[in-house]
Amino acid sequence: MSATTTKARFERYKNLEFILGALLTGGICLLVVFSDLLFPGGGEKIDLSARLLAPFASMDHPFGTDPLGRDVMARVIAGGKISLQVGLLSVAGAVVIGVSMGLISGYYRGFWDMVVMRFADVQLALPFILLAITFIAIVGGGLTNMIILLIISQWVQYARLVRGSVLALRDREFIQSARAIGVKDINILFRHLLPNLIGPVIVLMTLNVANNILLESSLTFLGLGVDPLTPSWGGILADGRTYLQNAWWVSVFPGLAILVTVLGLNLLGDWLRDSLDPTGRTSR
Amino acid sequence: MARFLINRFLQTIFVIFVVTLVVSFAIRLTGDPALMLAQGAGSVSEDDLARIREGLGLNQPFLIQYADFLRGFFTLDFGRSFLGGTPVSQLIGAALPATVMLAFAVMFVSIAVSIPLGIKAAVSRGKWADQAIRIVSLIGLSFPNFWLAIMLVLLFSITLQWLPPSGMDGFASFLMPAFTMGIILTATNVRLVRTAMLETLQSQYIMVARAKGLSENVVLYKHALRNCAIPLVTYFGLQFGGLLGGIVVIERVFNWPGLGTLAFDAVGARDYPVLQAVITILSMLIVGVNLLVDIVYGLIDPRIRTE
Repeated sequence: MSATTTKARFERYKNLEFILGALLTGGICLLVVFSDLLFPGGGEKIDLSARLLAPFASMDHPFGTDPLGRDVMARVIAGGKISLQVGLLSVAGAVVIGVSMGLISGYYRGFWDMVVMRFADVQLALPFILLAITFIAIVGGGLTNMIILLIISQWVQYARLVRGSVLALRDREFIQSARAIGVKDINILFRHLLPNLIGPVIVLMTLNVANNILLESSLTFLGLGVDPLTPSWGGILADGRTYLQNAWWVSVFPGLAILVTVLGLNLLGDWLRDSLDPTGRTSR
Repeated sequence: MARFLINRFLQTIFVIFVVTLVVSFAIRLTGDPALMLAQGAGSVSEDDLARIREGLGLNQPFLIQYADFLRGFFTLDFGRSFLGGTPVSQLIGAALPATVMLAFAVMFVSIAVSIPLGIKAAVSRGKWADQAIRIVSLIGLSFPNFWLAIMLVLLFSITLQWLPPSGMDGFASFLMPAFTMGIILTATNVRLVRTAMLETLQSQYIMVARAKGLSENVVLYKHALRNCAIPLVTYFGLQFGGLLGGIVVIERVFNWPGLGTLAFDAVGARDYPVLQAVITILSMLIVGVNLLVDIVYGLIDPRIRTE
């Protein structure tokens, strides 16, 4: 096969990846953002006359109902709010802290650099779930604590990634000349270094939003996350598991929602990686 | 080389030391075990609580308790569980093999599947097989593993009744937990194998091997695979830590009698000695495997040592 057709096929594949990723992620986001308009009351209305309806048994409840007669579709879509909030806010927090730390320790080296990197070593030796169990046992569950936990456990990834790039860039001519003409350190860090290393950071962010949605739902599933009374994907799943034998649909649909959202973000992340991070520093 | 080894070794000791210190300190913030123990007993006076604490050694200052833990650690004596007084080493001795066996089963499944798939993807780079493998591995990466576990139970235990839904009892009970963890790990590994193979396949000795007229399988599996084995072993080793963390969740879903289940029960009861021991042992496993990987890599590739 000639090189051009392989290349053209790869381009077509990348386009497909982008379109699919954007459709899945965009679709879920739109549904979740407008869930209050689509389903006033968020599916919390209890209707004992419509208990345990199978999917499509009634057109009012396309995904069926749970043992309290609540609409599974409305609850799943409302539950997406928790997941998207946790995913976006935790990544935003981790990026701000991690990128600043990485810039500072990579640029100034020295003592501070050593402290940050040894701290990273210790953190990488602790399995996330055990860190989470202990942390939640101390401060309790809930949305805010969950976001804080994810920030604490993930800023290190950004710090390491950024530090590595800064080490490669700090002695390049354009940084040296900026320093020579007296540009302030803060401007060198944020206006000269940051734009040159932001590509891999954005890729890692996309993948981590996906990853954190998975982590949040598994912690909530285990009873360590957000309040079980608030609808969330992990919470509905944990609930549905207790009557798996009679009503499979209560467990199936929240899981599908997680799968579709995470897949959409992973497709976008993969597409972004080929465009923004050709050296593959964020490969996993 | 000796300096590299000593450095790495000291670093590892330091990390383990800090981990144990942080863990012992943090656990003591989670709540009072005396209260948990007294809960079933109806009305308890402050004196009773103080006596329970004294019995558990919790009236000592933190540093003394920590020193005790460290002393016990070197003699493999982690004290006794607050619940029932079973020696912690005995509990760990029962749970550790279950977790490690599951981890190895997962590793084995994942490596056995991802090597042929990764090679296939690399050989047919850019063709439909490569893209299909890539999409499928992305889907695999996106599965919430606890959900996959539930779906497998629904299909194989409830509907078809082929496999036991929980517990560790014989070969059949390994299938669902190992598959659940394996599918996600495999998705990652296929990509690693593909990348490593792509680099190797471009080297001249592969051209020579092909020019000699060797069969394609001999070229791929004997010449190419052996040469990219080193980076692959490193990646697989580094994954071990993440794998152990993930197994904790899966143990919970399948009621697997391993370290994860032990840790969950311990945190509920504020059973400090058990929790402390579980976290320390898991961290040591992770750091130990990383050290081993580094040493092996350093022995094979001299460039690493000077870094």
